[in-house]
Amino acid sequence: MQTLTQQLANPTRFMDLSARVLPWVAGIAAALIVYGLYLSFFDSPADYQQGETVRIMYIHVPCAWLSMMVYGLIAVSSFGLLVFRHPLADVSAKAAAPIGAAFTFLALLTGSLWGKPMWGTYWVWDARLTSVLILFFLYLGLIALRAAFEDESAGAKLTAVLALVGVTILPIIKFSVNWWNTLHQPSTDFTATVDPSMRWPLLVMALGFTLLFFAMHLKAMRNEVLRRRVKAMRTQAVAGRDRLATQPAE
Amino acid sequence: MDLGPHAAFIWISYAAVAVVVTGLIGWLLLDGRKQAAALEALEKRGIRRRSSASAE
Repeated sequence: MQTLTQQLANPTRFMDLSARVLPWVAGIAAALIVYGLYLSFFDSPADYQQGETVRIMYIHVPCAWLSMMVYGLIAVSSFGLLVFRHPLADVSAKAAAPIGAAFTFLALLTGSLWGKPMWGTYWVWDARLTSVLILFFLYLGLIALRAAFEDESAGAKLTAVLALVGVTILPIIKFSVNWWNTLHQPSTDFTATVDPSMRWPLLVMALGFTLLFFAMHLKAMRNEVLRRRVKAMRTQAVAGRDRLATQPAE
Repeated sequence: MDLGPHAAFIWISYAAVAVVVTGLIGWLLLDGRKQAAALEALEKRGIRRRSSASAE
C-alpha cells in the first residue's frame, strides 16, 4: 500500500488533490483569522505591564512561529530531494522560500514596532533578534542561489544543501533566550506564561496563520508544477522543430 | 476603540501584515493565472505533454 507521500509523488495526482483541498484550507484560515482579529481587539484585555501594545503579540508570535516552521519544512523538503529524490520535494522547497522570507520579515518588523514602546528602541543586537535576522538572510540566500543557476537541477541540489546546513539556526533561535542574556522575553509558553484571556486569541491567530501559510504554499506549489510543465512543453516543441529541420527532405 | 498612547505602533504592525499578506496572495493568484494561460496557449498550438500523449 502506498503512503500519502508516495501517492503525491505523481504531480498530476498532487494537482487533483490540492485543487480539492485548497479552497477548504484557505476558507478555514480566513475564518480563523477574522475570528482571531475580533478576539485580539475586542475580547482580550490590555496587559497589566505592556498595556494595549500587547495586541501586537497576536500577529508577531504567529509570524515568528511561521518563520521557523517554514524553514523546517524547507529543510525536510530538501532532505526529501537529496535523499529520496521525491519529485515534489524541490517544488515544495522552492515554493515555501519566498513565503517564509515574508513571514520572517514581518516577525522582525512587528517585533521592532513592539520593541520601541516597550524597550525604548527599535533594534538591539541581542541573540534572538540577530539570529532571526540571520534566518531572514538565509531565506534570501536560498532564493538568490537558486536564481543564479540556469540548470534548475543543479540549482535545486545546491540550494537544498544550503537549506540543510542553515537548519542549525533553528535551535539557536529557539534557545537563544535561554542560552544568552537577551532583551527579548523568554519563549512564549502557551500553557504557562500567557494568561488564559490572551492565550485563546493567540492560539486562534497562530492556527489561522498556519493554515494561511499552508494555503499559500499549496497555491505556490501548484504554480510551480504548472511552470515546469510549460517549460517542458516549450523544450519539447523546440526539440520537435529542430528534429524536423535536420531531417532530409523527401 | 482607544489603543492608548502607542496606538500608531499597533496600527502600523497590523497594516504591515495586511499589506504583505495581501501582496503575497495577489502575487500567487497572478502567477497562477499566468502559468495557466501559458499552458493553454501551448495546448492550443497542439503541443502536448509527453506523459499525456503516451497515456493515450
